[in-house]
Amino acid sequence: MKSHLRRIILGGIIYGVAVVNPIDNFWLEVALFLISFIVVGSDVVWRAVTNILKGKVFDENFLMSLATIGAFFVGDFSEGVAVMLFYQVGELFQSYAVAKSRKSIAELMDIRPDYANVKKGDEIVRMDPDEVMVGDLIVIKAGEKIPLDGRVVEGVTMIDTSALTGESVPREIEAGNDVLSGCININGFITVEVTKEYGESTVNKILDLVENASSKKSKSEQFITKFARYYTPVVVIIAAVLAFVPPLLIEGATFDDWIYRALSFLVVSCPCALVISVPLSFFGGIGGASRKGILVKGGNYMEALAKAEIVVFDKTGTLTKGVFKVQEIHSVSLPKEEFLELTAYAESYSNHPISLSLQSAYGKDIDQKRILSVDEIAGHGVSAVIDNRLVLAGNYKLMDKMDISYSKSELTGTVVHVAIDRQYAGYIVIADEIKEDAVAAVESLKEAGILKTVMLTGDSKSIGEKVGNALGIDKVYTELLPADKVQIMEDLLKEKSNRGMLAYAGDGINDAPVLARADIGIAMGGLGSDAAIEAADIVIMTDEPSKIATAIRISKKTLNIALQNIVFAIGIKIIVLILSAIGLASMWAAVFADVGVTVLAIINSFRALHVSNI
Amino acid sequence: MKKTFRLEGLGCANCAAKMETAIKKLDGVWEASVNFITTKLVIEGEEEKMAGIMTESEKIIKKIEPDVVMKKA
Repeated sequence: MKSHLRRIILGGIIYGVAVVNPIDNFWLEVALFLISFIVVGSDVVWRAVTNILKGKVFDENFLMSLATIGAFFVGDFSEGVAVMLFYQVGELFQSYAVAKSRKSIAELMDIRPDYANVKKGDEIVRMDPDEVMVGDLIVIKAGEKIPLDGRVVEGVTMIDTSALTGESVPREIEAGNDVLSGCININGFITVEVTKEYGESTVNKILDLVENASSKKSKSEQFITKFARYYTPVVVIIAAVLAFVPPLLIEGATFDDWIYRALSFLVVSCPCALVISVPLSFFGGIGGASRKGILVKGGNYMEALAKAEIVVFDKTGTLTKGVFKVQEIHSVSLPKEEFLELTAYAESYSNHPISLSLQSAYGKDIDQKRILSVDEIAGHGVSAVIDNRLVLAGNYKLMDKMDISYSKSELTGTVVHVAIDRQYAGYIVIADEIKEDAVAAVESLKEAGILKTVMLTGDSKSIGEKVGNALGIDKVYTELLPADKVQIMEDLLKEKSNRGMLAYAGDGINDAPVLARADIGIAMGGLGSDAAIEAADIVIMTDEPSKIATAIRISKKTLNIALQNIVFAIGIKIIVLILSAIGLASMWAAVFADVGVTVLAIINSFRALHVSNI
Repeated sequence: MKKTFRLEGLGCANCAAKMETAIKKLDGVWEASVNFITTKLVIEGEEEKMAGIMTESEKIIKKIEPDVVMKKA
């Protein structure tokens, strides 16, 4: 690149001397122009010649050589050199811009671990992560990347997962926890037993996915490829017609003038600006999204997401945490703590999610000595004797069976009724908990232009509608079987407009058919779940549903940038073509329409990479 | 089967598009993509014909952009 630059500078100086022409001799002037042309453009002409010998005619080098040498022949020496000079400067800029964008994308993907410290007996050997086997012990020092997925066997530390999740709060890790490759060990020293070889490890899967994302091309990219295939031949043919037809037909029209116009056409005939900048925009968008913990599997999905009209959520695990938790404690007369304590004791022998959530709400250890007896009454609940008090805990059937009157209020969630010494003591409501950011998630979807939000759930009507109302979901379908979900998707797909898209967000484990049926399948909480990564078009690495709106905003921005580049590049080219056809634009303008536009479009597509304030 | 190659020295985006179109047309190729930004060529095709596909692809690449070197990624 440096010799390239030197040649441009040297050629430029000789060109300057020729323009000023201090000695005022025509032949000296011509000679100087010729020398500067050779210095600046000989490589282009040479490549054109060798390519023609290889049977490849209409490439950029050929077109530029033809245009500039043609300018010499029609007597525009100065312009011939200047156009070549400008073209070379533009090419230099362009290769710089391409190198820069390749570099910034490489930095974005800089989560690939370079080595692993493997423990071999007392020694620590530095190895390629590829060569480490499952079961090997690796040590990770502060500041190092975790090279492979594994389980911590020793040590306590904080790890930075931001490269995978976009989440900036470090996570605390101790022996027994699983760690994922690609995270950074912040402060401690940990020993990890490898559970997955490199090829199967998270970091490799993510890199693979993002790097190969561009093989699924968006419609805009396909359009550009098609456009490029026809654009060059058409412009070259028009140029040929322009060069020879008007001078023969129109009186007073000269060959010199029309050939010059035709040569300008040739300069504009390369579709490079489009062919580089549009895929670059999409690639930047995909790279930027991965920084936010959103994996998009292709430009086509990015494009589809920007056109989303309806977003359908699965309830459990997507909008709610999928973990049961005590929501409400209603005690008739006992203090709440004592009431919860007795209920937790009564249920302490069961492994049912309900009793587990009671244990965790109680939060203290169970003293087995206080439990005299426990009888499980299948389908009803338990009857236990604790501290010499008879505690009945279970559903309303248990109360009915034991002839205990209880309040029959409409409650959502699972209700555990409790009677102590045959007196009704109150109830505890246990329900799935709505995720912290779920309300904001639905709100920001509306702001991002989503027309309709839908929630599907297999849960009862009362639970489903309560969650739907709390979140401001437009339409809630409850008590669904898996087959019903597919049917509802079919109906919703008919509801959207022709160009609109439907996105479905689920956990990616139980809802594969629905994910596949939607225009865009989004899997939540993909971190560590291979099934979700496989099944979905877009994977959100964290559990946050609000990332869906983030993904939509990123895709809209990306699509916008791509469209700007298309309109800008094609627009300028067409304007310059028309102006040169009618003789109003010089070859200068034509060079700008070629390389200038390319550089500007590349710079514009850089913006797609920056997602920090989305 | 799927194979990935690095195209060192890939400098022209339109050429990358041309390579992709030409490689897609080769016998035994299901899908091919040239990524100008990561300079990666991914070919999916029939296993038995892969050797032939690789030599043909290399020829196509050399013809379109002579300075490019095709390397196994």
